Amino acid sequence: MARAAVLGRLSWTLGEVVELIDETPRVRSIVLDVPDWPRHRAGQHVDVRLTAEDGYQAQRSYSIASAPEDPRLALTVERLPDGEVSSYLVGELRPGDMLELRGPIGGYFVWEASRQEPLLLVAGGSGIVPLMSMLRHREASATVPGARLVYSSRSWEDVIYREELERLSSAAGGPQVIHTLTRTQPPGWTGYARRVDGAMLAEAAWAPSADPMAFVCGPTPFVESVASALVLIGYRPTSVKTERFGPTGG
Amino acid sequence: MESQVSRVDGNAMAGMLGEIFVHEMTAARVACGGCGRIEAIGAEHAYMDAPSVVLRCCHCEGVLLVLTRARDNYVLGLGKASWLEVAGSP
Repeated sequence: MARAAVLGRLSWTLGEVVELIDETPRVRSIVLDVPDWPRHRAGQHVDVRLTAEDGYQAQRSYSIASAPEDPRLALTVERLPDGEVSSYLVGELRPGDMLELRGPIGGYFVWEASRQEPLLLVAGGSGIVPLMSMLRHREASATVPGARLVYSSRSWEDVIYREELERLSSAAGGPQVIHTLTRTQPPGWTGYARRVDGAMLAEAAWAPSADPMAFVCGPTPFVESVASALVLIGYRPTSVKTERFGPTGG
Repeated sequence: MESQVSRVDGNAMAGMLGEIFVHEMTAARVACGGCGRIEAIGAEHAYMDAPSVVLRCCHCEGVLLVLTRARDNYVLGLGKASWLEVAGSP
């Protein structure tokens, strides 16, 4: 029976690892072939469950990185210190392995390319992942609103999807991508070199008068500071959607 | 700092809520009986590292729902959530 026929019930399924992409030294994309995968919405996540030989299970949530239009499901995972699940996914998983997962999950932090409002995405570190799904969804769609991404990374080497973002942003009608590098900057760097703050958003984000829609994703302190700053420069609180990373993402 | 870092969005409860509700619940709206504000569950504050998952109002931090998964049952504690509005055809 098609999974979609079972209304709303989440069930565990198996996906086969078909490709692993090293995005940065600590971040890897896992591309999966999941039979009967229902089309997801950009911004949704999946739960991944690992089972040890002795039956011990560990479960984590990971944002979907691929576009809904992509037949393969891609997750992007950052290896966290002492992260029992992420260290396996980033370090030990191999093509051909099977991964147990369920989803797609979530209906709040989602964006459809049919929306008309200008799109503002603000990412801290691996908070880029669900926002990348939105940008890929946008690229795969015909008529889309303007999009801007403000992306905070520690260094240029830590920028996830660096080349794809450059390609997207240089294409006609592509998103405007504004990087800030908070710890180290390459020689000759002329971009932002500090944490995202209200002054930066006032320069880089859409004016509130354009009635933009904002998605903010990253570590909890980052998200709370950016969301507050957006409201302070005039964004309507209901048009700022947030997704905080918890401490248990390991 | 610890409490600040352990706070995530109600969105993080999506999988667990999906185990007991038929409809997608993070887009459902919940009214806080403490301060009266109405938000999507996904926009509220969730605390996932306690034995139970706690959903708090993002305005007044009042406890809205407490969800506990035991060995063979779920207990959904009703805090200050005065109503839930769930989208979906019956």
